Amino acid sequence: MSLSNEQVNRLARLARLAVSDEALDITRIQLDGILALIARMEAVDTTGVTPMSHPQELAARLRADEVVETDRRAAFQAIAPQAEAGLYLVPKVIE
Amino acid sequence: MSIAPLIDASVASLRQALDSKQVSSVELATLFLDRIAAHDPALNAFITLDREGALAAARAADARIAAGQAGPLTGIPLAHKDVFCTEGTLTTCGSKMLANFTSPYDAHVVGLLKQAGAVSLGKTNMDEFAMGSSTESSFFGPTRNPWALDCVPGGSSGGSAAAVAARLVPIATGTDTGGSVRQPAAFCGITGIKPTYGLVSRYGMVAYASSLDQGGAFGACAEDCALLLSAMTGFDRRDSTSLDRPPENHAAALRASVADAARPLAGCVIGLPREFFAAGMSAGIRAAVDAALDEYRKLGATTREVSLPNAELAIPAYYVLAPAEASSNLSRFDGVRYGHRAATYADLDDMYCKSRGEGFGAEVQRRILVGTYVLSHGYYDAYYLQAQKLRRLIAEDFRRAFAECDFIAGPTSPVTAWALGAMSGDPVQMYLADIYTTAVNLAGLPALSHPCGFDDAGLPIGLQLIGDYFAESRLLASAHHFQQATDWHQRRPALSQCVPDNIAKTRT
Amino acid sequence: MSRSDWEIVIGLEVHAQLNTASKIFSAASTAFGAPPNVQASAVDIALPGVLPVLNRGAVERAIRLGLALDAHIAPKSVFARKNYFYPDLPKGYQISQFELPVVQGGTITIQVGEGDKGHEKTIRLTRAHLEEDAGKSLHEDFHGMSGIDLNRAGTPLLEIVSEPDMRSSAEAVAYARALHALVCWIDICDGNMQEGSFRCDANVSVRKKGETALGTRREIKNLNSFRFLQQAIDYEAGWQIDTLEDGGKIEQATVLFDPDTGETRMMRSKEDAHDYRYFPDPDLLPLLIEPEWIERVRATMPELPAAMKARFIRDFGLSAYDASTLTASREMADHFQQTVAIVGAAQAKLCANWIMGELAARLNKAGIELAAAPVSPVQLAGLLMRIADNTLSNAIARKVFDALWNGEGRSADEIIDAQGLRQLTDRGAIETLIDEVLAANPKSVEEFRAGKEKAFNALVGQVMKASRGKASPAQVNEILRHKLSNLPPNR
Repeated sequence: MSLSNEQVNRLARLARLAVSDEALDITRIQLDGILALIARMEAVDTTGVTPMSHPQELAARLRADEVVETDRRAAFQAIAPQAEAGLYLVPKVIE
Repeated sequence: MSIAPLIDASVASLRQALDSKQVSSVELATLFLDRIAAHDPALNAFITLDREGALAAARAADARIAAGQAGPLTGIPLAHKDVFCTEGTLTTCGSKMLANFTSPYDAHVVGLLKQAGAVSLGKTNMDEFAMGSSTESSFFGPTRNPWALDCVPGGSSGGSAAAVAARLVPIATGTDTGGSVRQPAAFCGITGIKPTYGLVSRYGMVAYASSLDQGGAFGACAEDCALLLSAMTGFDRRDSTSLDRPPENHAAALRASVADAARPLAGCVIGLPREFFAAGMSAGIRAAVDAALDEYRKLGATTREVSLPNAELAIPAYYVLAPAEASSNLSRFDGVRYGHRAATYADLDDMYCKSRGEGFGAEVQRRILVGTYVLSHGYYDAYYLQAQKLRRLIAEDFRRAFAECDFIAGPTSPVTAWALGAMSGDPVQMYLADIYTTAVNLAGLPALSHPCGFDDAGLPIGLQLIGDYFAESRLLASAHHFQQATDWHQRRPALSQCVPDNIAKTRT
Repeated sequence: MSRSDWEIVIGLEVHAQLNTASKIFSAASTAFGAPPNVQASAVDIALPGVLPVLNRGAVERAIRLGLALDAHIAPKSVFARKNYFYPDLPKGYQISQFELPVVQGGTITIQVGEGDKGHEKTIRLTRAHLEEDAGKSLHEDFHGMSGIDLNRAGTPLLEIVSEPDMRSSAEAVAYARALHALVCWIDICDGNMQEGSFRCDANVSVRKKGETALGTRREIKNLNSFRFLQQAIDYEAGWQIDTLEDGGKIEQATVLFDPDTGETRMMRSKEDAHDYRYFPDPDLLPLLIEPEWIERVRATMPELPAAMKARFIRDFGLSAYDASTLTASREMADHFQQTVAIVGAAQAKLCANWIMGELAARLNKAGIELAAAPVSPVQLAGLLMRIADNTLSNAIARKVFDALWNGEGRSADEIIDAQGLRQLTDRGAIETLIDEVLAANPKSVEEFRAGKEKAFNALVGQVMKASRGKASPAQVNEILRHKLSNLPPNR
């Protein structure tokens, strides 16, 4: 199957990636190539096969409910693009 | 007496030199730092050098050695792939997104190696966010193969592999999601191991594909890898997938005496998957692999054919699962708390799209888009779920094969290092070069690559040995016995002969 | 057509913050009210390379809820990533449970309406799953930007989803109240709605009575009080009915309730909101809950409100309504049980009346919680025992209660003695008082003789007044009537 430019735009929008109009065609062609590679799986009959989501099929290890972390805000916000009064600043959030 | 020969020395020899006070850790660090200064402009194996930090660590190591408290790696120079977070220095993942990111914490692996007294010289180049097989997708420019500067070193851990091959550093860390340790080890003529999934903590290792990513080790030989891997391995309660197992000393296991010194691998059965030896492998690689297998037989091993019928599905399954996980793992790079933020934007969404569009390179964006697509509503079952089912079939293939053999052997890569730029523009062709490595990650098995010859162009060829879960010691011991009997691992690229000015100038 | 031709269908999604000390996937504190971002750890702000590790305490609280709802506790449940971009969501995905939630099914019985007019109804639960809370966007203006505080990011939540079983805002509120009481009762949530510990989303649709298919629903987000829940549903249902009656169509949407206008309005639409690209979180292995763990948790569970209610009815002879009211909160039930334990089961109704009446009214008036009541169960019991043994009339008892409330004494007995409030039960003394009153009120006596019953009450009042309220009303009645009927004929 192949993608339309509209589909590529929708994916880019979902992934929050700005894809320029000039790059759109080449992106679509390359994605088509990758999807064709992936499509080789489709023919395989996997009826009754349990999906494997993890190489080690173990149970979650749980941690005790204890507070260990201390305040590291200053160090964390030293690398922030924009922070003020202890807050990370972003363009206005509209609900 | 000159310490220059130490550039080619094994870690065990360096240990001896340090412990006998033939050389200090500071001298050793300086020796390699100077070598980096001389040769890295041509290779571009390093993104960040930390001369001051290295010398401080070396001084501390010298004090430890003087106090008689040295461990196997105390005072030994090493380098970290730039995917491991290092507190106080840049951790870029080869990306513009993190070009100015100074990590506020150390990865578990970095902490373990610091505790061991190893001296980190800097951070090595890599494909952006470990996505690639050539180290060409790095924002900091490609790394060049020390054996031929117009060729790629493999990837994604190409900087680490090239640095070890060029003896800019004795050992280096890497990560392997679909072959990113083994394939560059093969391309650069060194030894590299990716252990069983869960043995090396992923905490502080910037995630590409969480269920496939695993830290690994590069060295000139299996013994060096064994020393580094033993020190990197250890349970970490901060990683839910970290395995709590008793520590293993791989180097001791590899030095253990064998009953028949002439035939140390007697009783060992090596499986040769017929699918790996089918058409598609170049004659040069075929010859080198066959010769290596002959050597293994001389060492006492027997070989037999096995089958991995679903192996060919590993590439499509991998290129569904890895991008799917990556698309989600890389969502945190949004320009809000760290990393690149676009200079101008209209609103919040525009800030996201521009920051990510500018911060990520083409290959990363492609994989994010593919991952977004395969997880999308309506496609999940056909792609993601189907890939997970194939993953089980592939793991089952290995389980059946290991009922008949101890190791599985074959070429690490169907090709040797390709020319810079040869594959750019055709991602699928590059993906297909991962044919022998990705299945191992899907199953979570340990595997190593060691050098076994050269092709007509003089480029190194690697042999891949795959083991069953937790067979690291035995894998390394087998490679070690091979290396006791051969000298491929002692071949060095003639660096001084191939640093033409024009290459140094083309660096980005 | 009128509104009565329509049926309102409501399902609720409740987000209950779990009262763990640390976050669900990090070891940072969950305490409320800290300065911004000081409780946002490396994991909470999603630094590159960090990983989640599940908090045992959060899972244990999910098991407690499952037991309390008599639900299926999944032996294997899976954490998934819900992918979307929002500045208060640092990873770009929320770790939640999707296909295999930890709690499946279950029921809760609610009391709709008060007293005799009320009835019980059983609401079915769909599921409850563990997930992490997001941070907060502060909309105060920072040079035209929003501020992000990630202290709340990673706080454990149970999202508790009901079936669309409610048919009025009153039922929805009764359900929300019952669930709120339950999560507090089993001590998994502090229930503080002002701080956002218990938040409701309401899925509201309408359909013509008699129809079986559900109408298109709209989801009202983030209702943080029972009053707003009621107002929002009433407004929304009315709006939907009006829209349909005017020939309009309802589009599935997410809306916000504005308490100032009392109206609901559409959220700025997120066009990709419907494609969250859920997949199992590869950083977390499946959560396995062994039967032994469930049994260990079961052993620590308190008696649940439904069982306690049944016991109150059976053992104490309380009405269903009284038993429901007394088990509406664990504090209330504890207060009642401690009081009854001292006063005696025979006086359980007396205890119930006082707790639901005088005590509840005083709490309400003072605007305080039971836990903060100045009258302890021991003090209340001391008072009620003096009613039971006739030391106090109800009227005097209320005065003593006031005194206890105001801290005028440590016990009812101390106040009774200090203020001389002990009921006058000495027959001779009461007779003397009555004789004096009869002598002083010949007119009333005449009227009584003429058949005016009112005059009797006036005489009782005079006797009580003469005793300064302390005479036992029952004894005054009895002796007065006896004396009046035995008076000599008119002289």
